[in-house]
Amino acid sequence: MSPLWMVRRIGFYVLITMVLAFFAVPMLWLASAPFDSKPGLGLRWPDWTLRNVTATFDHPFTLSSLVNSLILCSVATVVTTVLAALAAYALSRVRMPGRDLLLYLLLLLSSVVTGTAAMVPIFVMMLQLGLINSQFGTALVIAGGMLPAAIFILKDFMDAVPRSYEESARVFGASPRQVLSHVVLPVARPGVATIFVWAFVNAWGNFLLPFLLLRDVGQQPAAVLLRTLYDEGGSANLRVIPVFSLLYSIPVVVLYLFVSKRYGFRFHGGIKS
Amino acid sequence: MRRTTGFGLLAVCGLLAGCLGQSQEGDQARNADAKEITLTIVANAAEGGKNARGANWLRNWVIPKFTEQQKAKGVTATIRFEQNGTGDEDYKTKVALDLKTGGGGDIIEIDGIWLGEFAQAGQIKPLDEVVGDTGWDGWNQIPKAVQGLGEFDGKRYGVPMGTDGRVLFFNKKLFAQAGLPSDWQPKSWQDVLDAGARLKTLPGVYPIQLNAGTAMGEATTMQGVLPALAGTGKPIYDNGKWQGDSPGLKDVLGLYQKIYGGGLGDPVLQQEAGGRQRSFQLFSENKIGILLESDYFWRSVVEPKNGVAKMADRDTAVGWALVPARQPGAGVGGQDFVSMSGGGVRVINPNTKYPKQAWEFMKFLNSKEAVKESLAGTAQTTQRQDVNDEVLKGDPMLTFISEKVLPITRYRPGLANYPKVSAALQQATADVVAGRSPDEAARAYREALVKAVGEENVG
Amino acid sequence: MDSAGLGVRRGLAFVAPALVLIGIFLVFPALWTLYIGITNYQLTGPAAANPQVVGLENVLNAVRDPLFTNSVWLTALFVLFSAVIGQNALGFGLAWLLRPANRWLRRTIEGLVLLSWILPGTVVAFLWFAVLSRDTGTLGVLLGSPETSWLVEYPMTSLIIFNVWRGTAFSMLLYTSALAAVPPSQLETARLVGASGWQTVRDVVFPHIRGHVLTNTLLISLWTANDFTPFLLTSGGPNHRSEVLPVLIYRQALEGGELGYASAMSLLLLVGNLVIALVYLRLLRRRA
Repeated sequence: MSPLWMVRRIGFYVLITMVLAFFAVPMLWLASAPFDSKPGLGLRWPDWTLRNVTATFDHPFTLSSLVNSLILCSVATVVTTVLAALAAYALSRVRMPGRDLLLYLLLLLSSVVTGTAAMVPIFVMMLQLGLINSQFGTALVIAGGMLPAAIFILKDFMDAVPRSYEESARVFGASPRQVLSHVVLPVARPGVATIFVWAFVNAWGNFLLPFLLLRDVGQQPAAVLLRTLYDEGGSANLRVIPVFSLLYSIPVVVLYLFVSKRYGFRFHGGIKS
Repeated sequence: MRRTTGFGLLAVCGLLAGCLGQSQEGDQARNADAKEITLTIVANAAEGGKNARGANWLRNWVIPKFTEQQKAKGVTATIRFEQNGTGDEDYKTKVALDLKTGGGGDIIEIDGIWLGEFAQAGQIKPLDEVVGDTGWDGWNQIPKAVQGLGEFDGKRYGVPMGTDGRVLFFNKKLFAQAGLPSDWQPKSWQDVLDAGARLKTLPGVYPIQLNAGTAMGEATTMQGVLPALAGTGKPIYDNGKWQGDSPGLKDVLGLYQKIYGGGLGDPVLQQEAGGRQRSFQLFSENKIGILLESDYFWRSVVEPKNGVAKMADRDTAVGWALVPARQPGAGVGGQDFVSMSGGGVRVINPNTKYPKQAWEFMKFLNSKEAVKESLAGTAQTTQRQDVNDEVLKGDPMLTFISEKVLPITRYRPGLANYPKVSAALQQATADVVAGRSPDEAARAYREALVKAVGEENVG
Repeated sequence: MDSAGLGVRRGLAFVAPALVLIGIFLVFPALWTLYIGITNYQLTGPAAANPQVVGLENVLNAVRDPLFTNSVWLTALFVLFSAVIGQNALGFGLAWLLRPANRWLRRTIEGLVLLSWILPGTVVAFLWFAVLSRDTGTLGVLLGSPETSWLVEYPMTSLIIFNVWRGTAFSMLLYTSALAAVPPSQLETARLVGASGWQTVRDVVFPHIRGHVLTNTLLISLWTANDFTPFLLTSGGPNHRSEVLPVLIYRQALEGGELGYASAMSLLLLVGNLVIALVYLRLLRRRA
């Protein structure tokens, strides 16, 4: 127990405490404001009440918007994860000309389309495809925007799966499909799970696309509803917003906890570039 | 790989082909005798959210009543109501995309100020071109000035939904403490500044809130620059030209400098993202003396029961006064006092399948009964004189708006370039609040204006 | 190479669905957007009825526009300080420091850091208003200066700190797994020869994780450069002092209705992204 060791130890804990505070303090609002009789944009010990909760549930679209969000994001997330996993696997294992260039180009284009400038093309295109007002169509657009990054990250996971596993499986006569589902996927599962959560979180927060592509508030997801909780003069409805923020955050947190408990939530084996 | 490309190309061709044409406007009598009709009304209103009262009215009163009325005539009418309820810019984008692609609701509620832009883009058409005969006894009930909200280039495009007026609200409690009268009516800008100087002696009080900066958006233009500019004699758009760095504009910016450079207002608040809301809060907490706002402030902000910044003693504590011109007689049209007004308009989509029925629905929406019902027992300046005469009686503030303010008010020019001009004006006030001189800010404003509308359109 | 026995044909079949979806919903609208960038297209008004091709005029206007250059500068600052330095350093620091920490502490910190990453943007904006606003904001109360309006007086600093908070999770996850791949024997050797923490990181760890550092930096730089959340916090204000490119583009497109101009700026943003990616590829190749 040298003094130096003590100093280091103390330093370590001070540092860790500061980091903890940095990440935790902003979140306290989510614990206090929803249950405060006079919620505001600031942190204080609440004057406990459940009236905000009742007010939020009395709002006609709270629950339906969360259900809409679940449908929309589930479709977008499943499509993204499945297609990205397939593509990433093939790109990782089969040599194709211009593969890396293609991936980079797509990654860059995805930043254009997720921006607002692309809304006219997307709107007109969806109209022509008859996909306005369709949850499914909207989910596909969202998935299209997320796919390049998902493939990019997953390909590195797939690269990290040792090929010797597959080779042995093939020696025992497994078909490529069997190799994928019984050998590769189990090993790459934490990566797939991570992408699943990442895609879900991204889709969950998307505002502009669902707003433009779905016609009515009754069909729109929670991300849009949260932006409608304002009065005619543009003042925020602070009675409903904190509770709704809390409700809106719960599904992503639950999904994360579930996935991390079940599959581990880390880039195990890593992005290996 | 080749299959993919092939499919992609096919999709592209199909899309591009589909983008051309396919509009069904033209014959005004189309489907005039249909026995089964579907009409959609689109509004920036949502139950439980923005403009919830309007949304409830449409859903629970208008739709059942109108369907019933049509049924009596042997027509099965299905009325759909598309609720929105988000930021104005987002809503406008959505409506513009709808109209551009030949879709959208049959009746659309828009802000009157967008009318010109949509008209210039050919996205909406004059009412008589869309529905033919627009004769209606209701027009007699809508004052000429208010009708102007639905007009562009001398043509009528829609029916206004009511209007408002801007005044100076003041806190009588603070006024009493500062030794100012409770029936205060300034005659010039100097009177307002003098009152501000008296209020400044009270601790923790910001004497004047005149919206400034870009964070407040249109609230800066409508509740700040334009009422002040109207008090210098010339409106922002006059004789086909936008006002540049004129002496009047410099006076307005000078007024801002006196307020925010002279400690009569809070410059930081003007730059905060939630600044306007905060100003409401401060007013209700007796920390702001004088505030320029529309009657919305009285109806929905400091309203004792449901306001966003409730004042239990609103009726005794909040006073109001006309906005004075720079000095008596210096206002537009030689007026002593000025104001600005705005309001929503309902238009009929030129692509509607049922023009005749849409017009019928429009008349129903603007009937005396419907308009009165839309207020749900509250008071507000509606488009109809006969309704106003009944509902405004009990509310001294709104009676004041209707009797004293509306006769002297002005409307914004509903041109496509207006939003850009408005943004340039906001920027000029932001510059002054940030410490630049009015002359510098005016020069920068002129440059921005020339860039936005072209040299030839700047006066 | 083809250890899975997929074959090129089957490989293509695996890639095709993703490519079709990307082709329709991403590449096509993106190219169309770039085309709009060379027209004077507007959402409403006369130019909406008859858009004209104006060539590179929009791009030239943008380059000459002080708002645009201001925005490019702010975006560069934002990416450099919040992503390249902030998220990278904090992410690596946490991954490195938490290795020997006990399970419980590690899980708590990882959980909190991840929570700040997965909460929806709109909610996160409210959380940070509560920290940074005037009078009642947590930071002001903690520092004893409640009258400071942080978002107005220090807009870019606030945004940078916010983005470090928001995005560190990705770097932390990535570095945690990267560090697991560093052979423990080498770390042990470094300890035995008495190398300091910093020397160990520089001489033993860094060569192993160099590729990860580059991949991580590329991804977080791109995400930060295209991040729209600053709009929710400051709307680009006060007086354009925090108007990063995505915010400027949004305001031009939606508030100004200038779709042609906004698309041209998107094109320039894309070029900027391309430069970041090229630098990254070069560094990566030099390593190999």
